[in-house]
Amino acid sequence: MAWRDGKASGKRLLLFMASIILGIAAVVSIQSFSDNLKDNIGLQSKALMGADFLIDSNQPANERVIQLMDSLGGADAREVNFASMAAFTKNGATKLVQVRGMEGGFPFYGELETEPANAAIEFQEKGGALVDATAMLQFNLKPGDSVKLGSITFPIIGSLITAPGSTGIGATAAPPIIVPFRFMEESGLLQRGSRLGYNYYFKNPNIDLKELNKKVDPLLDAENADLDTHTDTSQRLGRRYENVGRFLNLVAFIALLLGCVGIASSVHIYIKEKLKSVAILKCLGATRKQTFLIYLLQIAGMGLLGGFIGTVLGLILQQTFPLILQEFLPFQVEISTSYQSIFVGLLLGVCMSVLFALSPLINTWFVSPLQVLRVQEDTSKKSRPYQIWVMIAIVLFVFLFAYWLLGRWSFAVSFVAGILVTFSILAGVSILFMRLIKRYFPKSWSFAARQSLLNLYRPNNQTVVLILAIGIGTFLISTLYFTKDFLLAKTSFESSAESPNLILFDVQTEQRDAVANTITPNGLTVIDNIPIVTMRMERIKDRSVNDIRLDSTTRVNKWILNHEFRTTYRDSMIGSEKLLEGEWMPSMAPNAEVIPISLADNVANDALVTLGDTISFNVQGKLMTTVVGNIRQVDWARMQLNFSIVFPKGVLENAPQFHVLTTNAPDKKSSANLQRELVKKFPNVSIIDLRQVVTLIENILDKISWVITFMAFFSILTGIIVLIGSVRNSKYQRIRESVLLRTLGAQSKQILKINALEYLFLGILGSGVGVLLSLVSSFLLAYFIFDTPFIPSWVPLLIVMPGITLLVLFIGWFNSKGILKSPPLEVLRKEGS
Amino acid sequence: MAKILNVRNLRKTYTSGSKNLTVLDDISFSIEEGETFAIVGPSGSGKTTLLGLCAGLDEIDAGGIDLCGEDLSTLNEDQRALLRNKKVGFIFQDFQLLPTLTALENISVPLELQGAPHATKDAMELLTKVGLGNRHNHYPSQLSGGEQQRVALARAFSNKPSILFADEPTGNLDEETGEKVIKLLFDLNTEMGTTLVIVTHDLELAKLNQHVLRLKGGKIVINETSAIS
Repeated sequence: MAWRDGKASGKRLLLFMASIILGIAAVVSIQSFSDNLKDNIGLQSKALMGADFLIDSNQPANERVIQLMDSLGGADAREVNFASMAAFTKNGATKLVQVRGMEGGFPFYGELETEPANAAIEFQEKGGALVDATAMLQFNLKPGDSVKLGSITFPIIGSLITAPGSTGIGATAAPPIIVPFRFMEESGLLQRGSRLGYNYYFKNPNIDLKELNKKVDPLLDAENADLDTHTDTSQRLGRRYENVGRFLNLVAFIALLLGCVGIASSVHIYIKEKLKSVAILKCLGATRKQTFLIYLLQIAGMGLLGGFIGTVLGLILQQTFPLILQEFLPFQVEISTSYQSIFVGLLLGVCMSVLFALSPLINTWFVSPLQVLRVQEDTSKKSRPYQIWVMIAIVLFVFLFAYWLLGRWSFAVSFVAGILVTFSILAGVSILFMRLIKRYFPKSWSFAARQSLLNLYRPNNQTVVLILAIGIGTFLISTLYFTKDFLLAKTSFESSAESPNLILFDVQTEQRDAVANTITPNGLTVIDNIPIVTMRMERIKDRSVNDIRLDSTTRVNKWILNHEFRTTYRDSMIGSEKLLEGEWMPSMAPNAEVIPISLADNVANDALVTLGDTISFNVQGKLMTTVVGNIRQVDWARMQLNFSIVFPKGVLENAPQFHVLTTNAPDKKSSANLQRELVKKFPNVSIIDLRQVVTLIENILDKISWVITFMAFFSILTGIIVLIGSVRNSKYQRIRESVLLRTLGAQSKQILKINALEYLFLGILGSGVGVLLSLVSSFLLAYFIFDTPFIPSWVPLLIVMPGITLLVLFIGWFNSKGILKSPPLEVLRKEGS
Repeated sequence: MAKILNVRNLRKTYTSGSKNLTVLDDISFSIEEGETFAIVGPSGSGKTTLLGLCAGLDEIDAGGIDLCGEDLSTLNEDQRALLRNKKVGFIFQDFQLLPTLTALENISVPLELQGAPHATKDAMELLTKVGLGNRHNHYPSQLSGGEQQRVALARAFSNKPSILFADEPTGNLDEETGEKVIKLLFDLNTEMGTTLVIVTHDLELAKLNQHVLRLKGGKIVINETSAIS
């Protein structure tokens, strides 16, 4: 019976199914891709590191570390890496790059992919450089050209396409250049202040990595070194991508939920039309269970079919993900079919469609056979308790699915609460708008405009559902734009001449005056001259750092114990700082016994110290005991040099130090000229051009927002399918209205205008509500999370809102054009019959 | 008197599956201005189709129809709609009111489509005339069947039509209400001097007309002038 009845309503049931296909496709594609990515990371973990394990430190291995490495059979390869300026001699261009000085047969797994291919081996023999392929293109370089790093000019042997340890997004900031290790000392770049990283690679496939970690890592910690195994790397990487995958999956799940709201709405209309058939069946002796099962089976069948089609579509869609996400992936991902995601797709198809259809389906249970005799009976009271149970079941299912995705109860609760609040607000605002329109109806508008507005209230309308669907999509996209804009605004810097836009790092004390003298003849001024002294924490509150490391119960954050702090000294606070506790100490009193220091609040929190606590530092071999004199709040996102530890004047002046100088170059040309001159004269000095940094951040945010926009479009597309479904659901009614108007003398263009305006209003309402809510949510995000002023961008208002409105108009109009073709008499005859 | 409707050798065929079904064949008659005219016949005899074709709601397969001096076959859909808007009124068995409009708004639709300046005022006068002045803000779902048909009547007369087509106007009403609606229809018709064409099963109602056309199987079996003329 379910099949026979369903056959007659096949097209309409197919539309219910279509509402969930895209949502399921989105969930399955992301789920499957995440599974593939995880598997790939696991399989390629050795190739990602290039070795079985490595020991890393930001200083050359000391005697103890060398002994430890020898006990492990000795390192098979070593590397020193650091950021430095590269000068390309062919065109005089300069660029901040990541230099990787290599020695030994690295990589032992995976490969250095180069062009030409033999360059990966030849660069060692020929003493040349492998330059990042993108940088080669950017600076129009070819093998045979040369690059100057420090005081050495290397011939470029080939372009570097991929290398273990150099990821896509990192390479965008500072493209890698690989050179032989043996030239590093000679280059003059390994000096004080340089942020160096030493990696010692080991090839030992038979070693027990867990055991190794347990035994060797604590010993290395004591020497400020670290052990990193290929499994650690892959797990770390896996977790990072898993988090991204979970986030995208939630966005996809929202699209599915929207589709389900569409199903609930369509099934509601479908069942309403079927209630008479149900009454007839009951008159003929069908039981409640039988009539209920007829429609339940129809919906479950369609859900299964929708789940199947969505799953197939999702598996096809995931093939495009390596292209969409290529900037974020560290390697080529091989796509295969994930059986878990197929199961998830089918399960979601059946469960979601049945759960969301249950509420209207319950009405069939309470239909009285008397309805055949036109006796109307209000069944809503009888069905209310069941409707509440259905609502609970839906929330529970969504919660469980969110928990399965996120892995934490608190996150799942937040997600469900967020969804309920967002959907409720959107639905509430939609209903409010509808009521306001009805209350303040624009009676002076033309007939077509009024009629189209009234059509939004036609019986069995799905206006609120449509506004909800269009609104959610618009909300996601607009929030994305607003958030991106204020994040960019936060990272941008003042363009006045007093604000630095070029920062010169690693300036040695003896170079300071000469560097300043290179800046000033160009008509520029040195804005800041900041001394930097590096040090590590030795004791915290009378406990040695080594003791704390061995204490498994400590809550002191590990990074504090291993970090090499770059501190400065000055007599006043700067614009990005705010005193939270204690008093600012401008300089050290001549006879003072304790040295009061200023800590950033995050360091104080992570080190578990407060005012008056002592911290001893190892300042390049000498111990210095200090007291926490004050705690500052630091706005780290501000584009200026911020410090977690600041000393008063009169303490560190004679300590070994280097300097950071800043200046303001008014335009790109003067900036490039100065950089060229500085790199030529002072090859060890690294220069950060804040203009480029802003462009870089802009690029990264653009790439991230493209991925999220891609996902948000699933919501929009689902909204469109719900819209098509709604137009089809009301098609007969629309034809009837249009025929009636034509009978009364309306011309084609008048009817077209009424239809077009109806969709226009729907689009404006949906996208308007979405943009309005995204303004509120972005403001809250800016104010509470990012602590930044919110100045809304015009993009959502000028592009997103009109764009989505036009899309709705086009889809609605395209699906209604058949209305005009129906001859009035045919429709009136059907009506009469 | 001038002829307001002239039907000549009309034929209409519908396709059902692979079969052609001739609904009307060789139909010829004419109606004079101000005349009341009834079309009667059993179910499936083609009454409603004939009414619709006379009003230009569909295209004919053969023959010709002149309505208000215009040959309908020479007009396109929009031109026919314009003709209906200016000169034709309609009443349907199932009222055909727009559910999203109030009683008053439903009546003003033909005037609004014309762009008439005092549509609401004129509509209100008509609504009062049919006895529903106090229900102007009610929606069709808030009105009884008889009330809905009275609103439909007011709407049909709102554009001051030359000819009014009524398809089973009492078909969905009880006897008492039906009689009231028919009285109102004839009163308004007399007052406005409109030509009236009614399709009905009800022979008593047919007898109230000056002319009766009886159809059977898509053909005219009787075309007679009633006793009242």
